[in-house]
Amino acid sequence: MTRIVTIETRDLDKSAKEGGCGECQTSCQSACKTSCGVANQACEKLSK
Amino acid sequence: MIHCYQFDGLNIVLDCHSGSIHMVDPVAYDMIRWYETEPAEDVISKAVSEHGITREEAEECLADIDSLKEAGKLYAPDKFEGLARDFRKRNFTIKALCLHVAHTCNLNCSYCFASQGKYHGERAIMSYEVGKRAIDFLIENSGYHKNLDIDFFGGEPLMNWDVVKRLTEYGREQEKIHNKNIRFTLTTNGVLLDDEVTEFANREFHNVVLSLDGRKEINDRFRVDYAGNGSYDKIVPNFQRFVSKRGNKSYYIRGTYTHYNPDFLNDIKHYLDLGFNELSMEPVVTDPSSPSALTEEDLPVIFEQYDELARLMVQRHKEGRPFTFYHYMLDLTCGPCIYKRVAGCGSGTEYLAVTPWGDLYPCHQFVGDEKYKMGDIYQGVTNTDMRTHFASCNAYSRPECKECWAKLYCSGGCAANAYHATGDILGVYDYGCKLFCKRIECAIAVKLLTSDIRKPGDE
Repeated sequence: MTRIVTIETRDLDKSAKEGGCGECQTSCQSACKTSCGVANQACEKLSK
Repeated sequence: MIHCYQFDGLNIVLDCHSGSIHMVDPVAYDMIRWYETEPAEDVISKAVSEHGITREEAEECLADIDSLKEAGKLYAPDKFEGLARDFRKRNFTIKALCLHVAHTCNLNCSYCFASQGKYHGERAIMSYEVGKRAIDFLIENSGYHKNLDIDFFGGEPLMNWDVVKRLTEYGREQEKIHNKNIRFTLTTNGVLLDDEVTEFANREFHNVVLSLDGRKEINDRFRVDYAGNGSYDKIVPNFQRFVSKRGNKSYYIRGTYTHYNPDFLNDIKHYLDLGFNELSMEPVVTDPSSPSALTEEDLPVIFEQYDELARLMVQRHKEGRPFTFYHYMLDLTCGPCIYKRVAGCGSGTEYLAVTPWGDLYPCHQFVGDEKYKMGDIYQGVTNTDMRTHFASCNAYSRPECKECWAKLYCSGGCAANAYHATGDILGVYDYGCKLFCKRIECAIAVKLLTSDIRKPGDE
């Protein structure tokens, strides 16, 4: 594709099938303390 | 659902429900947008007439768009509503506590949501016994979770330093017995950040949040002691000494910007000048009638600041002097799974705040609001209706979010912000949404501009 470059991102469908492990950070508590955007959190399973 | 925007020469297309990100040239940028609502033949004709390309070129681009659609990377349908409910309610385990070890403070910041640490109540200090019971409560209710978080918070937690140290030591002992991994964190205003605290915190604490609002005049407008003296001159040397000994452990210099400094990039640059490079700068959330509250008129300035911040990050990256901004951190390949993206913040379910006397609240921002009391560390969560209410708070709980391109980045946002802005945790804090969307756009742009990824048209 010359006009479109698709960036590698996490496959959300696949992650739905794999299930969530629940080990990642659960709130903003150890960072900004005011608003939890989850997008900037790392996956504990993938980053091991 | 797609979201298309431009940043410094990049044409960016986000596919909301697949999480895909595409960098495209101007022809594809228009065709992808038109194709959402217009027949293929019209899209081709418009591309030919408006971009001066041949019909064959337009057809080729459309074929690429079709193949991405077929692969589920463009116009992907929304398949995830419902996941959060099952995920969050499968069992109610707890994995994080905010320990309010000191409802008192040695600063008297007028904008403090905790009203100078007292949370609209009496001054109080958490005893070792209460803290110990809180750690036991966390472990007992943590179920399968191995990673547990405990934040020492206040008021100013260093005003109860001996208890903080002893609780850390107790946690270290208990995590071995119960096969858990406790990550301790600390949020401090820096006034009491001496060598002993520095040595202990740099050894034991996974992250430390250091409160500083930026330039001296900005910091000292709100962050003053009880005599009205600014804290800047006292805390900055403490923070610099602390960070110089931090090694590779994480920390955040964390500031709040208000109506008085919508030009907060100058404060971020000041952090950099002071030698700090892990940064967080948050918009104040306060009563709209407060003079420090952000206004609609501030928004264009704030948006420009976020754009300029992104440019500064790209420039410093190229110069080999990168820095981190909390809200621009993004891991595209190893970021959160769909369950996390739908479920969002664990406040009121997996995350609770503990008062100095052991009462439980959904998070630190609800402490002191009696109707949100959920139980205590002795009886556990007794207000289970409240827990269910918080469990229902996710990326799909609000009709407005269902139509928002950013919902799988913000997950419905902060329950406390929604509550304070609208009176309901399921309300929409529209101002916060605008800032969040802007930050995510910038975060993705920074990611693309600092990577080696081929751009459309590159050989």
